[in-house]
Amino acid sequence: MSRQFPSDNVGIVKPQTVHFDEELTLRSGKSLNGFDLVFETYGELNSSKSNAILICHALSGDHHAAGYHSESDAKSDAKSGWWDNCIGPGKAIDTNLFFVVSLNNLGGCAGSTGPASIDPATGKYFGPDFPVVTVRDWVNSQAMLSDKLGIQKWAAVVGGSLGGMQVMRWAISYPERIEHAVCIAAAPKLSAQNIAFNEVARQSITNDANFHGGRYLDANTYPKQGLMLARMVGHITYLSDSAMGSKFGKNSTLFDPNGDKFGRDLRSGTLSFGFDVDFQVESYLQYQGERFSENFDANTYLLMTKALDYFDPAIDFDGDLSQAFEQASCKFLIMSFSTDWRFPPARSREIVEHLLKAKKDVAYLEIEADQGHDSFLLPIPRYIDGLRSYLARVFKELSSDAA
Amino acid sequence: MRPDLEIIQNWITPKSRVLDLGCGDGSLLNYLKLKKNVNGIGLEINADDIQSCIAKGVNVIEQNIDEGLTNFQSNSFDTVLLAQTLQASSKPDLLIDEILRIGEHGIITFPNFGNWKSRLSLASNGRMPVSKFMPHNWYDTPNIHFCTVKDFNDLCVEKNVRILARTVVDSQHQGNWAMKAWPNFLGEIAIYHITKNS
Repeated sequence: MSRQFPSDNVGIVKPQTVHFDEELTLRSGKSLNGFDLVFETYGELNSSKSNAILICHALSGDHHAAGYHSESDAKSDAKSGWWDNCIGPGKAIDTNLFFVVSLNNLGGCAGSTGPASIDPATGKYFGPDFPVVTVRDWVNSQAMLSDKLGIQKWAAVVGGSLGGMQVMRWAISYPERIEHAVCIAAAPKLSAQNIAFNEVARQSITNDANFHGGRYLDANTYPKQGLMLARMVGHITYLSDSAMGSKFGKNSTLFDPNGDKFGRDLRSGTLSFGFDVDFQVESYLQYQGERFSENFDANTYLLMTKALDYFDPAIDFDGDLSQAFEQASCKFLIMSFSTDWRFPPARSREIVEHLLKAKKDVAYLEIEADQGHDSFLLPIPRYIDGLRSYLARVFKELSSDAA
Repeated sequence: MRPDLEIIQNWITPKSRVLDLGCGDGSLLNYLKLKKNVNGIGLEINADDIQSCIAKGVNVIEQNIDEGLTNFQSNSFDTVLLAQTLQASSKPDLLIDEILRIGEHGIITFPNFGNWKSRLSLASNGRMPVSKFMPHNWYDTPNIHFCTVKDFNDLCVEKNVRILARTVVDSQHQGNWAMKAWPNFLGEIAIYHITKNS
């Protein structure tokens, strides 16, 4: 029997793949001779093709942003799209109003051409030979996808974290093709600390005995331990101290029955006095790492972290971000979350400051939220309301333009 | 539109750049955008007001004025507006400096504590005045820096700030000849248009 989806869920969606024969010259100087992009769409494109919203994914995201791929997937919430909280009929990104496009970026591992794809020139996996791609390259390939879909101008380009960086790149590189930029929990470029965490992740992958210089697929294996470790480190940076405290501090009674809960729930209720898992947070991280390692390509992880490290739109303007933003002609919505320590509010304020300097239209929301960087994926009322109101206004503008 | 806002909007030139410190629900900026094609930015910290601004399409930045305005460049706005917020700011004198650093002109409105009702209330009751217009108790009021029209004039002289225009109105935002004659005694709200003395 088919499942009845909630009325605000997009339901079953089918990914599509588009092939490009054109050569794409990359930022590095290397080029890709033809490639595939896999994407999903939700909602209907209007006749003037003016109601399209592009969703840009973050480090470990993909094209599957909303709904389910099959009836059997729909039995598990784990298999819903990564931004199901925001995309759907009547949701903040309202598929009754907008035609929403979400793709897997180049170099990804969910269907678009990437290191785990077969290189047509050799008949073997690209592996480590897949060229390093940057945010700029992604946006260029997204523009090619827009052409294929016949979308001359996006009503909005929306993304969180690394996705927000793509949004900024769109605004700067394609000013005539974007009406509104919605950039959530992002930064104008990484801090040294951000890069340091990425390097730990990369080292843990490349030092795994099963990495084989990136040719692990040819060796019929994969660097599971390294990928797990990379994800565990990453995951810590996505959560806040207080979010971890409340997640793993509900039942802590062993140490201090009358005291505060310190986020130190035990897994089995007793200490092992060994080096196995004692605390729930340890098993949680291991579980997250393990699940991730089974579904994500290690070379893609390396590429994504490099794209983050390299992002700096000010680089073409002698380091002056406001000059970069002067290229833009869209309006901006910037949002940050109070406990995000990966890209804290100060980083979003930097973006706002340079947008103001460039005399751009900008709205900025600093959302009080306990959940750290991950907040942008969660149904936090003030955040959702802000996004919803902003996009409702975008739609109103569309309708009045057409009238 | 509130009559004080009506007075303010007369002082704002079409197509100019306006920074509204404490922009509330964005009504004034929205009006200025529609009627005068003004390019406006508002600062606000109240979540509901911010939400209203976003729905209206008003550029609103969530930012506390008391934490500084260093993210705004010098001379980047034609007019900086501070409506009914001066008395709630932690350092009003420095805020006026900032207003005239960022903007060519400043428009400042504040409740006049020199008004006869405040004077009478304090004189006869011996207690800090509480009225419909200023409803807070002394201990929980956000208004920590009350001043009178005379006090503000003195500060302008001290700071070498030029007063381009001044008007006072009552709590219904109406003015009359008597208020013009005795602004510090009769005016309940003072509205100043200021600039730097060249």
